[in-house]
Amino acid sequence: MGKADTKKSMLSAILPGLGSLAKRGLAGWLIIVGLIFVTAIIMITVISPWIRPYDPIKINVGPPLIGPSAQHPFGTNDLGQDIFSRVLSGGGIMLQVSLLSVIVCLAVGVPLGLFASYAGGVVDRLVGLVMDSIYAFPGLVLAIAIAAMLGRGVVNMALSIAVVYIPSYFRVIRSQVLSIKEMSYIEAANAVGAKNRTILTRYILPNIMPSIVVVATVNFADAILTAAGLTFIGLGVSVSVPDWGWDLTNGRALLASGTWWVITFPGIMIILLALGFTLIGEGLSELFNPRLEQ
Amino acid sequence: MSEEKKEKTQLLAVNDLTVEYSARRGKIRAVENASFTLDRGETLGIVGESGSGKSTLGMSLIRLVPYPGKIMKGNIILEEQRILKLKDEQMRDLRGRKISYIFQDPMTSLNPVEKIKDHFIELIQTHEPKVTKAQALKRAQQLFKDVGIQPERISDYPHQLSGGMRQRVMIALALALNPSVVIADEPTTALDVVVQAKILDLLGTLQERYGMALILITHDLSIVLERSDKIVVMYAGRIVEQARSTALYKSTQHPYSQGLLKSIPNIELADQKLEAIGGTPPDLLNPPHGCRFWPRCPFVMPECLVEEPSLYETGENHLVRCYLYKGEGNE
Repeated sequence: MGKADTKKSMLSAILPGLGSLAKRGLAGWLIIVGLIFVTAIIMITVISPWIRPYDPIKINVGPPLIGPSAQHPFGTNDLGQDIFSRVLSGGGIMLQVSLLSVIVCLAVGVPLGLFASYAGGVVDRLVGLVMDSIYAFPGLVLAIAIAAMLGRGVVNMALSIAVVYIPSYFRVIRSQVLSIKEMSYIEAANAVGAKNRTILTRYILPNIMPSIVVVATVNFADAILTAAGLTFIGLGVSVSVPDWGWDLTNGRALLASGTWWVITFPGIMIILLALGFTLIGEGLSELFNPRLEQ
Repeated sequence: MSEEKKEKTQLLAVNDLTVEYSARRGKIRAVENASFTLDRGETLGIVGESGSGKSTLGMSLIRLVPYPGKIMKGNIILEEQRILKLKDEQMRDLRGRKISYIFQDPMTSLNPVEKIKDHFIELIQTHEPKVTKAQALKRAQQLFKDVGIQPERISDYPHQLSGGMRQRVMIALALALNPSVVIADEPTTALDVVVQAKILDLLGTLQERYGMALILITHDLSIVLERSDKIVVMYAGRIVEQARSTALYKSTQHPYSQGLLKSIPNIELADQKLEAIGGTPPDLLNPPHGCRFWPRCPFVMPECLVEEPSLYETGENHLVRCYLYKGEGNE
């Protein structure tokens, strides 16, 4: 009892909302763990210029391909770069790409889903058809194709991921709008002369917000993996920026010769970041959907 | 009610209204050739069982017949405006301002993510953009007093209110812009008996205070007999009897209305036998030939099966769709 209380007060000391999350059972804890992973990685990335022991892109800061040691906690790669420094700084690109892609998805997917499915009829059919044809492609393959057309860079990566992910938003929003559209409070709003704009922004949007948040967190996780994938095959950013995805590509060839550390540590970071967002998404969807509760 | 003293001016006239639903298996005429009028301040009761078309009739008055329903013909005149000729925007402006609708289920008729006060502010500002938030809120609080809820509760969310309170909120919303007519579609069906009576009394009191006309749609003839001036009885999409409620009570003429009346328990009659109307309402995709009530009618005659009777006038403003009264009055 006393222990649980201190635990809760510790949590609420960090963030006022966390204490109440802890009372929500498993879903709450999923969110808390996910938040810890994500915020930790974001913070590490942000403050990395001040805490990293070496410049992550400078070559030959130590002998090439030595294993973890006191000098180089995570070892060095074939260029003699310090892996630990690269791990600390390497999340920046992925975080930027995923954040930007989520913003683009929200800005395009949400209004599109809302308007098309509220209007119904031909508009809904047409937009739905386009969305379904995008959805039919394997996500990563489509992202690769678009990224290859657009070229390298953070914005281009984000755009290609956004194109792949917008149909997911559309689907979720459409299914929600279709059911909420039939609710009697929409009918009641119509009966007192509410405008379509009001119904969309004040009646439907706030009611589907929980689903949008869940899709956005899942989108974050997917965007990170896709971004890693794009960098891995060389469609990411230039070598002059530290990036976990690039380290994977580089380390892949070295793994056969027994230098496991080059690929392992960046890989773990990617997994942790994606896992963090997935946990948040899972927790939120369980929290927002009382029907799943036992 | 003292309707004799009041100045009688016509507020609403419905003429030959026909509403049709297109189903996969054919067309369903939910309302056929309905005509009635309503004066200012008057109460009209529309009675009928499920599927009789009473709600469709109500919804067509605000032009919100649910898809795939369509108003096929007829006209509706509200304060000299032909409602069916109005543009969508004009109609939208009319809803809530001139004519309001109170729905059956108060539990789901309020936006769950918005506070009650925001419902009022939004409604008032939609129709009167010059009103400030503070003014709208003040009006909403006055309305809350009128419907008997503490004004502080206006900052609550819908889920914090009970069913009866939510229906009071719905009534307050319907009255917010002082409309000339309020349509209440089974406003008490989802509530228990005690609350039912309170809500209906409240509607009556507010009707007098605000001087609006009320259309009370219900399946319960007893409710409208004591509370309304006029009654329209509907059966299978048709108006089968239409009269002032006193006249209807004194001489109930259509066999269906008689059946409805006999099925109401009366506490003054110790050994009353409650009678049910046998059979079920007809399938409107294949309505019976002739009068729609003949399969269930105790007085069925050969001619009932041949052709549908028209409305016969048997008294002042008393119309009955039944061959029993063919000789008595004018067609």
